[in-house]
Parts: sequence; C-alpha cells; structure tokens
Amino acid sequence: MRVLPVLCLLLASVAVHAETAQRIGQTYAAEATARQAGFMPSPNRGDTLFRQRFSNNDKMPACTSCHTDSPLNAGQHAITGKAIRPLAVAANPERFADPAKVEKWFGRNCKEVVGRACTPAEKADFVAYMSEVR
Amino acid sequence: MKRIAFTLMLAIALPALADRVSLPANTPASYTAECSSCHMAYQPALLSANDWRRTMAGLKDHFGTDATVDGPQRQEISAFLERNAGDAGKLGSAGEPPRITQTARFIRKHREIAPKYWNDPRIKSAANCEACHRGAADGNYSEHDILIRELRR
Repeated sequence: MRVLPVLCLLLASVAVHAETAQRIGQTYAAEATARQAGFMPSPNRGDTLFRQRFSNNDKMPACTSCHTDSPLNAGQHAITGKAIRPLAVAANPERFADPAKVEKWFGRNCKEVVGRACTPAEKADFVAYMSEVR
Repeated sequence: MKRIAFTLMLAIALPALADRVSLPANTPASYTAECSSCHMAYQPALLSANDWRRTMAGLKDHFGTDATVDGPQRQEISAFLERNAGDAGKLGSAGEPPRITQTARFIRKHREIAPKYWNDPRIKSAANCEACHRGAADGNYSEHDILIRELRR
C-alpha cells in the first residue's frame, strides 16, 4: 500500500516534466507561427536537424559530434571528453525542463555548430523530436 | 611509541593530502551550472587569482567557444575563483591564454606520462581530468587511483 503514493508521485513528476518540455516547445512554436502562418512543429524535421552536418566547425560538425547518433545515449564532449547526459526526455527527464537553460544551450550550441542562431521553427522542431524520441 | 606511530601516519598521509584539491564547500551553484557542462568544475586552487581573472575576461573566446556569462553570475563566479585561487608561486606560469595544464605544477606532476597518452581516445584531452583521475571532481588526484591501468602507480 505504501508503494501507491510513491508511484503516484513518480507518475506526477514524469507528467510535469513532459508538460514542461511541451510548454517550451509550444513557446517556440508560437514564435515560429508569428513568422510563418500555419507552422506546425515536426519531430521529423527535428531529427533531420539533429543529424545535419554543417561546415562551421570541423571538430563539431553536427549535434551528433557530442550527443552521438542517438539522443537516448549518453554523449561525450568532442574536445574535452566530458560526459554528457542524454538529450532525449525519455532517457533524461531533466532535459527541456527549464526554459532559460534550454534557451542558453540553443544559443551556445547553434552558434558553435550551425554557425548562427537557430530559428524559433528549428527550436520547436528540435524540442518536439527530443520530447518524442524513444 | 604513540608519537612515532603518529609521525609515521602523518608521513604516509601527507603525500596523499598533497594530491587532494577540493572544491570549496561554499561553491556557488552558478559555478557548476556555467562551468561544468563542457568540462569538469575545475577546483579554483588549480590556477592563480590573476590567471582566473584573465580567464574570466576572455570567456567570449574560451578555447574556441563562446562561454560568455553575464550579470550577477559572472561577478559571483569571478569572486569565488579569485577568493579560492591557488598560490601563483607554487603553480607557476599558466601561459596565454591561461591553461591549468600549462602550469609548472601540472607539468611536473605529469612528466612521466608519455605523449601518446594525451591523444589516447580514452583521454582525448589533458583537460579531461576524470579520464584518468576518477575522483577528480571530488578533489582526488592520487596517482594510486588512476583509471588507465598502465598509468596506475
């Protein structure tokens, strides 16, 4: 019987995380819609962006350079070797839970890997992919 | 007799103490949040106050990465690093830009490591303390506790 409240709490916390990722995605989607009417976030486009190779940084040509081919895996910083926890919410519920942190890392990593700021549409797609991938 | 035992224990403990460089208990959350995502949260004692100042001044191009930190967090991190910095005389020059791995102390401590190890895929970079020193984040740099078997002593 003691297990039940714990289980409820656990389920509630998972739901909260999922909701936060969803809300962060919605915020980016709303920004994207303002620029482009009818925009809908696409996990598939997010997947493509995750794998796309850019010619900005030969040590980190793609997200996968540090985050591996699967967002469900733990990664490793391409230069320092520091361990990186998985990006996918399914593998790491702490991901996409704090809007300021998400915006900070889009800022840093887009600049470093893509060579420019990512658009709200790209961010919405990326969050959609990371929320859904299993 | 007790005194001899104590002296002996101290003699054994001292070299181990020398390999302990701990993160201060009052380390601000901003330091770990901003500085330990791409690399370990290096203990402030690993660099002198002047070298930390120069590091913080150059965050816009921090070894090729824009690691800018703004506002009160920047102040908090700078103050923390400088307050807990290492002894410049003991560390030696860290070069330009300052690198922990260029300090005379680091070089002396690692002089027996053959160059091939620094490029070993298990290590990747000299900045990756934890590749060899499994307890590095907790301040344990003992040469007896090395992950790479052939480098253990």
